Amino acid sequence: MAVTAETIRSRTNDPLTIAGRTYSSRLLVGTGKYKDLEETRRAVEASGAQIITIAVRRTNIGQNPNEPSLLDTLPPSKYTYLPNTAGCYSAEDAVRTCRLARELLDGHELVKLEVLGSEKTLYPDIPQTLMAAETLIADGFKVMVYTNDDPIVARRFAEMGCVAVMPLAAPIGSGLGIRNPYNIRFIVEEATVPVLVDAGVGTASDAAIAMELGCDGVLMNTAIAAAQNPVLMAQAMRKAVEAGREAYLAGRMPRKQYGSPSSPLGGTFF
Amino acid sequence: MKIMLNGQEKSFKAPLTVSALLQDMGLGERRVAVEVNREIVPRSRHGEFQLNENDRVEVVFAIGGGGMSREQGPHA
Repeated sequence: MAVTAETIRSRTNDPLTIAGRTYSSRLLVGTGKYKDLEETRRAVEASGAQIITIAVRRTNIGQNPNEPSLLDTLPPSKYTYLPNTAGCYSAEDAVRTCRLARELLDGHELVKLEVLGSEKTLYPDIPQTLMAAETLIADGFKVMVYTNDDPIVARRFAEMGCVAVMPLAAPIGSGLGIRNPYNIRFIVEEATVPVLVDAGVGTASDAAIAMELGCDGVLMNTAIAAAQNPVLMAQAMRKAVEAGREAYLAGRMPRKQYGSPSSPLGGTFF
Repeated sequence: MKIMLNGQEKSFKAPLTVSALLQDMGLGERRVAVEVNREIVPRSRHGEFQLNENDRVEVVFAIGGGGMSREQGPHA
């Protein structure tokens, strides 16, 4: 968005809009890889996230009815659930997962689509993801699509009707931060739907950089869950996303090849 | 009556509805989604939907997840 006086005045009201709903937090978090549900809850709360991803998996046969569930700990009344298709390596599996998630969540249609192509790198399989997106969109789903940082692919997903495009910073769980900021910038510049960096964020500065590049939000899981102190990292990430967003809206100074003094040249006494 | 339940062969007494199956699994109070032979059985039909011999049943629920790695898909 253009940086104008209007922008600065209204920066305290700078909501993220996805599929017609607005959110004040631009940090989205996953709920996996935590020690237990209690740690999950504390980290999610510290992050300030309003949208949380969940996975759809088989129940264990012989379920303990007294075991607390994710829905009890982080209720769908308080959070926007974003079911994901984690672990799917085919369009067919991803579509099945989304349909089951929709049944599970009483017709909820916002989903995160990811179709992986490699167990080692967890890189997205773009041809399968395109196929899955097409089927899901035709079936009424609102698809936030996990993709690589290819700007033409990102454009294709937006054109076909995905409600958000989510390029990876680096492979899932790698914590390597934004590997190709130039591509992320290309994607942001021509975006017609929100762009959220998803996967590969490792620490707070990575999240801030994503926002400084102009992204609309950041989605992360491992960066928080695998930190030594997840609740503290969640707090750091919340601030990083806010700081990065404000820095972006503020319009950074230009980079210069040489130095340029900040103090006046005249009036020196030496 | 034998059915395939979440990838495992299980025997039950017929007749068996989806509701009865979920009760037997200890999931009576849980929010789950059920698929029989790749077709979703909506919650509104759990009480009346009868399972048959050799049906492939999947019962899934929501759990914590982000970019989970090296996990089986729900229907592996």
